[in-house]
Amino acid sequence: MATVIKVEGIAKTFKIHHERHQSLKERMLHPRSGSTEVFDALADINFTVDTNETVGLVGHNGSGKSTLLKCICGVLQPTSGQIHIRGSLAALLELGAGFQPELSGRDNVYLYGAMLGFSKKMVDGIFDSVVDFSEIEQFIDTQVKFYSSGMYVRLAFAVAVNVDPDILVVDEVLAVGDERFQAKCIDRIRTFQDEGRSILFVTHNADQVRAICDRAIVLDGGHMIADGPTHESLRIFREHLMGSAQEHDRSGLLASISIDSVTTPSGAFHVRSGAGMHFDVNITSQSAYSGNFVLEIFTRKGLLVSRSDAKGSPVNLTPGQNVVGVDLPQIPLLDGIYDVNVGIVNPRGNTVIAWREQAASIQVTYDGREGGLVELGASIRQQ
Amino acid sequence: MSDGSSVRVERRSLEDDAFRIVSARDSLITRLRNLWNRRELLSSLIRSDIRIKYKNSALGIVWSMLTPTLFLAIYWLVFAKFLKNGIPNFVVYLFAGMIVWNMFNTSLSTATGVIVVRSGLVKKVSFPREILALANVGAATFYFFIQVCVFGLYLLVVGHSPDYAYFWLLPIAFLALYLFTAALAIVMSAITVYMRDMEHFILIILQLWFFMSPIVYSYEHSIAPQLHAHGLAWLYFLNPITLIMLTFQRTFYVSTVVHSTVPTVVGGHVFPLINVLPSWPMSTYFYLDIALLGIMIVLFLFAEVIFGRLQGNFESEL
Repeated sequence: MATVIKVEGIAKTFKIHHERHQSLKERMLHPRSGSTEVFDALADINFTVDTNETVGLVGHNGSGKSTLLKCICGVLQPTSGQIHIRGSLAALLELGAGFQPELSGRDNVYLYGAMLGFSKKMVDGIFDSVVDFSEIEQFIDTQVKFYSSGMYVRLAFAVAVNVDPDILVVDEVLAVGDERFQAKCIDRIRTFQDEGRSILFVTHNADQVRAICDRAIVLDGGHMIADGPTHESLRIFREHLMGSAQEHDRSGLLASISIDSVTTPSGAFHVRSGAGMHFDVNITSQSAYSGNFVLEIFTRKGLLVSRSDAKGSPVNLTPGQNVVGVDLPQIPLLDGIYDVNVGIVNPRGNTVIAWREQAASIQVTYDGREGGLVELGASIRQQ
Repeated sequence: MSDGSSVRVERRSLEDDAFRIVSARDSLITRLRNLWNRRELLSSLIRSDIRIKYKNSALGIVWSMLTPTLFLAIYWLVFAKFLKNGIPNFVVYLFAGMIVWNMFNTSLSTATGVIVVRSGLVKKVSFPREILALANVGAATFYFFIQVCVFGLYLLVVGHSPDYAYFWLLPIAFLALYLFTAALAIVMSAITVYMRDMEHFILIILQLWFFMSPIVYSYEHSIAPQLHAHGLAWLYFLNPITLIMLTFQRTFYVSTVVHSTVPTVVGGHVFPLINVLPSWPMSTYFYLDIALLGIMIVLFLFAEVIFGRLQGNFESEL
């Protein structure tokens, strides 16, 4: 294992002009006026990424993750600290930023390749696979300004992943393209992982991080608050998110509801595949609240098995102790340990009021012969 | 769907690779090396610049010859015919000055706003930012050579013979011109990020600069003789463009002293002599050009340093 990215004490401060004097006249008239505030976007960030590692960079909006990414890609100069990078790096930051609308797709592939630092000869070598991957063969000689936004992004993504970088930096780009193309992108990312390359993956979508990354780094307000195995970091991320939400909560609602524990009648979280299970979620509430109950089940690898409808299970909490019973009539899961997250969301199902990550772990034993995640009990016969 | 991975060669060990370092400030040497490493990007940008400019026009690249020719015709009409500046064979004199001027003018007027215009790129993709300005200078260099060809053709047609003995001075003068243009383009492109007025201001400056350079008038009618009378002739040459133009004009126009085409009013049919170009020996041109080149190299490095300082805050200003 070799280290490919080493981030040492990176800090970035921005100056925020409250009154921008950008024209000459204004600068002459107010040479020093207009207050300037210094904003620390990043402070003291240290971590390393090795080959064969896929690291997720998680944080909510404004946590500094994009700034950090830009520093790593060399788009931004850090205010202090150093970043060491070994090998070639391709960044999927806002795809297609380097495209010239007036030029054809073909010319843009070469231009974009050159911008990413690859020679014409290298682009020649991968041109066919780029066109193939982007699926816009018929339009490759059309000016890019006539492309649909999907075609635009597909072409850019195709260039970036086909130039064969050692390190791939992905910034929330998987939100583009139709579902099939997204699946293709994920597939390509998996190929990258299998080839032992490093991937730095930035998102605020916890599901994607769980699905792709081995390790996650959590940023908040420009500080690193976690760096460790994905599920561990995500737990901190969620809890921290709740914590900072509480500070902004005027009604005091958030502080008043907490999920204490998850218990089963027998005390064990052990179940045979195909059998049912019941458990109780103990919630303490300071005030009455009507919301919805949400249940998530994940595999240990971070794959989401099931999430209940956020608007489908209303609960009316009363002040004091509440118990919400969860019945799983039949668990068709195969062998393994599954993590359970539970939470209370608002009636519209879009804001989390209380959350408990990994509230319980269910161990499922299965003695059948099916492989995978669930038992479907398919019966196969020749007709 | 093709699978590119199957054709890929065995991956080399990354441990042998050296680290690239991103830090707060890079040294001049590092930045020049980066610039050199990205020369392929520079040539791609120059090519796309040229193609985009003429992409949707019917005449296409012909415009790069047509525009300067038409400008030339206008200046000839105004200064030789209407204002009667008296310079014989004025088109050759004008042409020699104009090719130099066009290179400088085109570069600066396009490069000044380039970082602001391409801010989307600057904020998203990593490359030495000055390449954007240098690409504009590169495109202008391309047009320069096209115009030189047109000029050569014109000289052949009218049967005007340049002074071949001076030809070897042209590369020196051109290199000085290139470095001067590049230095100003780099600095102006960075300043414009902080002061958007520069985009408009530069057009005025360029107009003034045009008339401060001996393009449409002769050496004698410039302010040089008056300055010379006070022993301040060097002031005139503070404008580096002047010396470069004089070298081109001396090479192509050849004669330094000629009879005016306009008779004096007092003497009737007397055609007075005009000192079109300074009557220096070749060695003086050589020494001055070499000195200028030296200064321009230093100026270019200085421009790189200034750009390096200014580019740190591009992100928050764009």
